[in-house]
Amino acid sequence: MARRDKARKFKRNRSPITWLLRHAQMSLSSLGRLSRNPISTAMTAAVIGIALALPSGLHLLVDNVSQLSSSWDGSASISLFLNENVNDEQADTVRRQIALRPDVGETRLIDRDQALEEFRRLSGFGEAIELLDHNPLPAVVLVRPQERIRGAEAVARLAEELQGYLEIDLAQVDLQWVARLGAITGTIERGVIVLAALLAGAVLLIVGNTIRLDIQNRHSEIEIVKLVGGTDAFIRRPFLYEGIWYGLIGAVIGLVLVLGALYLLDGPVQRLAGLYESDFALAVIDPASLLGLLLGGPLLGLAGAWLAVGRHLAQIQPD
Amino acid sequence: MIRFDNVAKRYATGHEGLSGVDLHLAAGEMAFLTGHSGAGKSTLLKLIGLLERATRGQVWVNGRNLNKLRSRDIPYHRREVGMIFQDHRLLHDRTVFDNIALPLVVAGMGHAETRRRVRAGLDKVGLLKKEKVFPITLSGGEQQRVGIARALVSKPPVLLADEPTGNLDPELSREIMELFLQFNQVGVTLLIATHDVGLINHLGKRIVNLRDGRVADDSGGLD
Repeated sequence: MARRDKARKFKRNRSPITWLLRHAQMSLSSLGRLSRNPISTAMTAAVIGIALALPSGLHLLVDNVSQLSSSWDGSASISLFLNENVNDEQADTVRRQIALRPDVGETRLIDRDQALEEFRRLSGFGEAIELLDHNPLPAVVLVRPQERIRGAEAVARLAEELQGYLEIDLAQVDLQWVARLGAITGTIERGVIVLAALLAGAVLLIVGNTIRLDIQNRHSEIEIVKLVGGTDAFIRRPFLYEGIWYGLIGAVIGLVLVLGALYLLDGPVQRLAGLYESDFALAVIDPASLLGLLLGGPLLGLAGAWLAVGRHLAQIQPD
Repeated sequence: MIRFDNVAKRYATGHEGLSGVDLHLAAGEMAFLTGHSGAGKSTLLKLIGLLERATRGQVWVNGRNLNKLRSRDIPYHRREVGMIFQDHRLLHDRTVFDNIALPLVVAGMGHAETRRRVRAGLDKVGLLKKEKVFPITLSGGEQQRVGIARALVSKPPVLLADEPTGNLDPELSREIMELFLQFNQVGVTLLIATHDVGLINHLGKRIVNLRDGRVADDSGGLD
C-alpha cells in the first residue's frame, strides 16, 4: 500500500460563493438558535444594551452642553462702561465711532438715565437710589462683535482694543463662565471615554461568558462535529455569529434607550430654554455616534465571542 | 490502506494502550479486532481516526503518514475515515436526517446533493421513513443504524466501528454485521472491534486478536 514520500493533498473547498453562502446560512441559524431562547437572549442583550447606552447617552449630553456653550461663546457681547464725565451726546458719538469698526456688528447705547431706570427696576434698590443727589451710573455701550469674530480669545482681543478709547473706562466680556463650562465639559468628556472603555470591557466579558456557557452546553455536539471532520473554523463560526448578534441586538436596545431618554428630556429642556429665551433644542443622535453604536456593538460581541471560543474550543477533543 | 509499524501508545497516566503493534490492512479488506477490554482495541481505532496520536512507531492511512499530519489537517483526514461507536454519538436535538447529513454539511456540500445522499444512506440502513423523527424515539438498533448511515454518507474509503453491536440483541447484531458485509462488497475497507466472537467466527473474515497491547493472533482472512 502506498508509502509515497509526498502525501496526497486534501481536497479543500475554496469557492468564495460556497463560503459566502455558508456564512449567510450560519449567521441565520445562529439567530434562529438565539430566538429559541428568547428570554435569556433578551436579558443578555438588554445588559449589553444598557452598557452601551450609558456612554452613548453621556456622550450625547456632553455634546449638547458643549454645543450650547459654543453658541453662547459666539454671541458674547462686550459691555463698554464710559467715563462718568462723558455726556449723552458724546456717548452717542463714541457709539457711532465704534460701530464703524469692521470687527463690530451691532451696537446699542444705554445712556445714564436709561441705566438708572433699568437699575431701579431690576435691582430692587430703587429707594436707595432716590437718596443719592446725582446719578452714579455710567453710560454703557453694548457691542456685539461681527459674525466672524468667534471664540473667547478673539472677543477678548476686541475688548482689549476697545479699552484703548479715551472715553471708555472698562470693557468687560463676561465669558469666564463659558470658559469654565468648557473646561467642565472637557473633563466630563474624558470621564465618558474612561467609562466607555470600562463598559466596553464589561460587554466583552458578558458576551464572552455567555458564549462560554453555550460552548459548555454544546460540548457533545462539538465533539461529534469534530469526529465527522468539522474544521475549527466551522465549529467556531456559529459562536462568533452569536456574539455578533448579541452585540447588534444590544446596540439596538441601547439606541432605543438613548432615544427614549432624549424624548423624556426634551420637554423639560424646552421649558428651561424657554425661560432663558433661548431657542436651544436637544440634538438628536448624530450619524457618527449612531454608526459607532451599531458597528461597535457587533464588533464588541465578536471580540467577546472570539475570546471565549479561543480559550474553550481547543479544550474540547473527542475521545 | 491501513498500516501500523511497531506502534506504541502510552497515555499521560502511564498506562500503555499499545506496545509495538504491526498490522497491515489492504484496501477493500475487512477485519475484526478482538480481545479483552483493555487489550488495546479502542486505542488502535483511535490512532487511525487521529483521536489519539502514537507515541512511537508509524501509522499510515490512505497513503498518509499520520505522524506527519498537522493538527489543522485532522478534520480533512477524518472525512476519509467513517467512525461508528457503541454509544452511537448522535445529536439528540436534531432529526435523523440532520444527523446523517452532518458530515456533508461540515464538508460544505450543496443542498440537493446532500438530500440525495442522505436519502440513499437512509434507504441502505432501512430507515427511509424515519428521516424526520428525533433519535431518542428510535430503538437502540435503529439508532445504531443512523450512526452507520452517518459514517457512510460521505463515502469514506475506510470505516471503523468500535463495539457496534455492544448493546444489541443477537438478531439486531446479525443485521448490523450483514450491513457491514454489504459495504465491504462495494470496496470499503472495514476494521471492526468487537468482543462478540460467536457473531463473527462464521463470517470467514480476518480476525486480529489483541492481548496486552500486542497482536497475539492474526488469523488471516480467507479472501
